[in-house]
Amino acid sequence: MWQFLHKLASPRYFYDITGKWIPWLGGLTVMTLLAGLYYGLLKAPPDYQQGESYRIMFIHVPAAWMSMFIYVLMAFWSGINLIWNIKLADVMTVSSATLGASFTFLALMTGSLWGKPMWGAWWVWDARLTSELILLFLYLGYIALVAAIEDRRTAARAGGVLILVGVVNIPIIHYSVEWWNTLHQGPTVTKLDKPSIHLSMLIPLLIMAVSFKLYYLTVVLMRARAEVLDRERRSAWVRELFGAKLAN
Amino acid sequence: MFQAFKALMKRDLLLAFRHRGELANPLLFFFMIVTLFPLGVSPEVTLLRKIAPGVIWIAALLAALFSLENLFRSDFEDGALEQMLLSPQPLSLLVLAKVLAHWLVSGLPMLLLAPLLGLLLAMPEPAIAALELTLAIGTPLLSLIGAIGVALTVGLRRGGVLLTLLIMPLYIPVLIFATNAVTAAAAGMPIAGQIYFLASLLVLALTLAPLAIAAALRISVS
Amino acid sequence: MPSPNPTLINAPLAVVDLECIRGDNLLFSGLNFSLREGQLMQIEGANGSGKTSLLRILAGLSRSSEGQVLWEGEDILKHRTAYFSQVAYLGHTLGVKSDLSPVENLKISLALANIRFDEEAVYRVLEQTGLAGKEDMPARSLSAGQKQRVALARLLVCPAKLWIMDEPFTALDVSGVGLVRELLEGHLQRGGMAVLTSHQAVEVRGNIVRVNLSDG
Repeated sequence: MWQFLHKLASPRYFYDITGKWIPWLGGLTVMTLLAGLYYGLLKAPPDYQQGESYRIMFIHVPAAWMSMFIYVLMAFWSGINLIWNIKLADVMTVSSATLGASFTFLALMTGSLWGKPMWGAWWVWDARLTSELILLFLYLGYIALVAAIEDRRTAARAGGVLILVGVVNIPIIHYSVEWWNTLHQGPTVTKLDKPSIHLSMLIPLLIMAVSFKLYYLTVVLMRARAEVLDRERRSAWVRELFGAKLAN
Repeated sequence: MFQAFKALMKRDLLLAFRHRGELANPLLFFFMIVTLFPLGVSPEVTLLRKIAPGVIWIAALLAALFSLENLFRSDFEDGALEQMLLSPQPLSLLVLAKVLAHWLVSGLPMLLLAPLLGLLLAMPEPAIAALELTLAIGTPLLSLIGAIGVALTVGLRRGGVLLTLLIMPLYIPVLIFATNAVTAAAAGMPIAGQIYFLASLLVLALTLAPLAIAAALRISVS
Repeated sequence: MPSPNPTLINAPLAVVDLECIRGDNLLFSGLNFSLREGQLMQIEGANGSGKTSLLRILAGLSRSSEGQVLWEGEDILKHRTAYFSQVAYLGHTLGVKSDLSPVENLKISLALANIRFDEEAVYRVLEQTGLAGKEDMPARSLSAGQKQRVALARLLVCPAKLWIMDEPFTALDVSGVGLVRELLEGHLQRGGMAVLTSHQAVEVRGNIVRVNLSDG
């Protein structure tokens, strides 16, 4: 296992092996997505309170999970990069950022769409939505910082420090916002997280969550491969690879 | 080790003293933002009293960011920062000295000005006392957190707006707990919980922020 | 990665397979050299060939994209404290605060290097570098050459084994150039080492090695 990870950290090996993985990951993504949507939108029973509109949950909740998950993952890779100086780790961080921001944006959008029938307003300062909004700011700050620094390695390292600072702050921000929310709105009915959920709704939700993870994995690997090629374009193996393709 | 800490702090205080004309700028900024609210919202006393904690604290956040922007700027430009990075002393300690010196000349004066602003916004006395307490704990927090962003953007030409983008989200917990403490004090409620929370954030920031600032400086100056 | 040449590692300063990429440009790669006590290395190369970048990597300010800099066999980035107490760096920006006097500037340099401030020694060094009578004037009122002399005085008050100097002769008049030469010769004789870049031919007596970055 350790040896495999070590090998994976070499750009060339990474490029080759992930090239083989991506079609499979892509296929699995489509399959789970179709299954999740089918069970979620057609099979699961309507909610006794919310009727059909609750079904947006099958997008909203996995997107919200992904938005957190990717941030934590980026922090993990940044830590590896800053401590052991492994280039592939910063390729993964940089490639993840826009995906994380997109999932956060998706969670916000669907939350807002869901809010309209539930609360009668497109936006309510609900704790979950507010936290998502702040998370979006954190992502956008990271993207802006990385874009502002010219040298890529420097940009990735600086971004890594910011992500690590952010990941320490996320629980604090989350707690503060929850606390603030209970103070100002009283115990609101947060429609977005129900204490218990029926199995017939839980299963599609989990399928969707898996599908979103697979989607992330597929796209992040595609982006990372492009980034690796761009960074290594001077090296012999990249020239060899593309020289050969051009000859064909 | 503490000799270097003391020397660097003394140097920064001396430099601030030699540019004492500039010290008033963030304070004026703080003052002016607060005056905009009665003009822009309403001079009605009940309303002012209600929004006062938020207004003063948001103005304090902006003033803190505004004054922090130059924390490492001149040292970066004249090469003193490079010399600091090349010191065999622990860099996190040296940056702490700089942040502390900066707080003494920018954060502390805000504490002195705040009661006056409280009066302008018709805050009751207990609320002003709570405001002072939250600012006393909160402004060093703002300096420590903000310095990380300053360290990350010091090499960039247009760092100012970017700094705001990076740091504002991290200021949110401070804003929430500080304003809430002041509001609670105005209503005659206990505020120990909020103060403890802010104090523990300060302890956390004192331990971790210098490490992050040092790491960020090493990256930015490379 | 090829294992580093053992003779390189025996020297106090060794550079192994160094590569530097800045933005999209490959400045240099596969750079290997070493430096011993009493040696001066002059780095030559056209503008933009990476002279300053190399010096900053050697000083431990920047990172190379590949390779290592070893000080007494240890990677300098892993043993910063030990390395920094042996190195003095004089860059493009001098690190002289213009609102402080030369004495105040040196005082802070000494504190950062963890050396006790000895007022007499500081005045003596400032006299030696030709700043007698300017010791307590704000550095703002000094000329560029005089500021450079303040930075040179820093090398003298903080004893370091390795001097890294980026264009130390610019902005200096004839006597200033003579001063730098004299300082370097004394430093080499005491067993010190120096790495410097310079447009001018340096007439320093001693064991001089040249590295040209443009040769690739």
